[in-house]
Amino acid sequence: MSTSATVEETAAAPATSRGPSDDAGTRHPRRRYTPQGRKSTLLTVVLWLCALYFLFPLVWLFIASTKDNTDLFSTFGMWFGRDFNLFTNIADVFSTQGGIFIRWMGNTVLYAGVSAIGATLLATMAGYAFAKYDFPGDKLLFSVTLGAIMIPLTALAIPTYLLFSEFGMTNTPWAVIVPSLVSPFGVYLIRVYAADAIPDSLIEAARVDGAGEFRIFWQVSLRLLGPAILTVFLFTLVATWNNYFLPLIMLNSSDLYPITVGLAQWQSISTTGGGGSQALFSTVITGSLVSIVPLVIAFLYLQKYWQSGLATGGVKG
Amino acid sequence: MSETTTRGRPPQPVANTRRPAATRPRIGRARRKQYVAAYLLVAPFLLVFLAMLVAPLVFSGYLSFLQTKLIGGETFVWFDNYLRAATDPAFLGGLGRMALFLVIQVPIMLGIALFFALALDSGRARTSKALRLIFFVPYAVPAVVGTLMWGYLYGNQFGPIAQAFQALGLPSPNLLGEQNILGSMMNIVTWAFIGYNMIIMYSALRSIPSELYEAAEIDGASQWRIAWSIKIPAIRPAIMLTVIFSIIGIFQLFNEPSLLKTVAPNVIGSAFTPNFYAYNLAFVNQEINYAAAIAFALGIVIMIVSYVVQLSTQRKAKDFS
Repeated sequence: MSTSATVEETAAAPATSRGPSDDAGTRHPRRRYTPQGRKSTLLTVVLWLCALYFLFPLVWLFIASTKDNTDLFSTFGMWFGRDFNLFTNIADVFSTQGGIFIRWMGNTVLYAGVSAIGATLLATMAGYAFAKYDFPGDKLLFSVTLGAIMIPLTALAIPTYLLFSEFGMTNTPWAVIVPSLVSPFGVYLIRVYAADAIPDSLIEAARVDGAGEFRIFWQVSLRLLGPAILTVFLFTLVATWNNYFLPLIMLNSSDLYPITVGLAQWQSISTTGGGGSQALFSTVITGSLVSIVPLVIAFLYLQKYWQSGLATGGVKG
Repeated sequence: MSETTTRGRPPQPVANTRRPAATRPRIGRARRKQYVAAYLLVAPFLLVFLAMLVAPLVFSGYLSFLQTKLIGGETFVWFDNYLRAATDPAFLGGLGRMALFLVIQVPIMLGIALFFALALDSGRARTSKALRLIFFVPYAVPAVVGTLMWGYLYGNQFGPIAQAFQALGLPSPNLLGEQNILGSMMNIVTWAFIGYNMIIMYSALRSIPSELYEAAEIDGASQWRIAWSIKIPAIRPAIMLTVIFSIIGIFQLFNEPSLLKTVAPNVIGSAFTPNFYAYNLAFVNQEINYAAAIAFALGIVIMIVSYVVQLSTQRKAKDFS
């Protein structure tokens, strides 16, 4: 309970400390010079037409998830079929191949959860140190980190695989989790945010009160970094949740697959495989629907926090 | 920053109330304590950074200089693998397709994202909050699922696009054919990333001090004019950020070709994108050394392109001012 309250308070904190950043993250929506009654209906209509484009595949996915295979091939894609089969299909998703989908979900939660928590923690500690301490070598280390943002991570995946296979560490959960712990952009975001959100005077006061450096970090600074930490967490979570390339090359046994690799495997069986494999179509489609629901909900629910965190990175970037 | 405040502050009142005077002169030790704390805070990140970023790069850089021969095993061949890459039509073809992506898809995607960001920021649209969320939702959809969905939508087995054409008695376009596959892929990437880029630009727009354009608004300047002359120049850094991220993202496309290959096996070759090529070299052909060289060459191409783009826009900005 208390943590959610602090996050809420601190979400507004940086906005009050410096003028320009009060944005979507604040609770009091600032609206400068709003000419009332000058809403444009034309613009609204145009934007909603565009919104249809974004919703089109998702609506189709939902409708297709309610159909059995016969209806999928014989009825119009953008409208419901003769029967409502959503729940049968979901049951199929969770029972195909001995219920391996549940395992894939568990793997995804494990990989994404551990990677995101770890990456956020490492990025927060390093970003905070870069923002609030002067120490020999800090400029050099930070520029190296900044430079690493430019390194294409997927191009790095094959090198990482080669290194892991040299040590015989492929086909383990670690092979997916450990490479995902590095988030140079997270370090950058925390550094930029911490520079403004944590006043130096506050740290000084805590030191004078006799608090050690780590106690200041845990008990004072961490609270003020709330929105930035949540932003880094959400984006590293999405990055690992959605990652396909790294687990694809690192993992061999389907027991270790995350949902993305598992779904791709099902899809490839359903398209290329012979007799009876077509029954997998509606399973792949419903599985896709099941896999995207948690993240979409998380993003919608937490949007005001990550938007204010991302704002900082975008402004200074 | 913190050091100067430590030194500059008159120490008496604090020292008297809180600490025995004897501990006061040991600023050197206090600062050393801060150094230690800072290094300890940075250390875990640096450790993983070295192990997971620097080490793989060094190791595969080393591998990219080797060649495995049937007789004689591994030999050091200097830049032979890179020379092969520079004249490899498969690799260059992939790079060419990505260059097309860069010239066609990135401007369209960022242009639409900028339009959305400006439209939502202007406050002229109703229900702008719902719109913002809808535009962003595809970002939370895994690229695998996005590609699967669009793959089915494009297909003529049960894709609604083909169905609609058939219902109208028209021949349905082969969206997964040779002619259209690149465009179909561009559409998937555009769909997925407009919202993400829009949010970055929108956040930057919200942080422009409103005084900058309130006067212009009152003077009756049109929203287009304000956007062009005030808002877009003000969020230049944010736009540059989206450009750089797009370049990095485009050149390492992998999910889209690898998943669309199952529905369009004859159209998408093993070298459709450079990254897909590196993957096939390493895992299908077992040419580890050449794959490492391709991955490296790709990284170098990406860095050069993003550097050139940054440089050219900076020069333009200077010309204007």
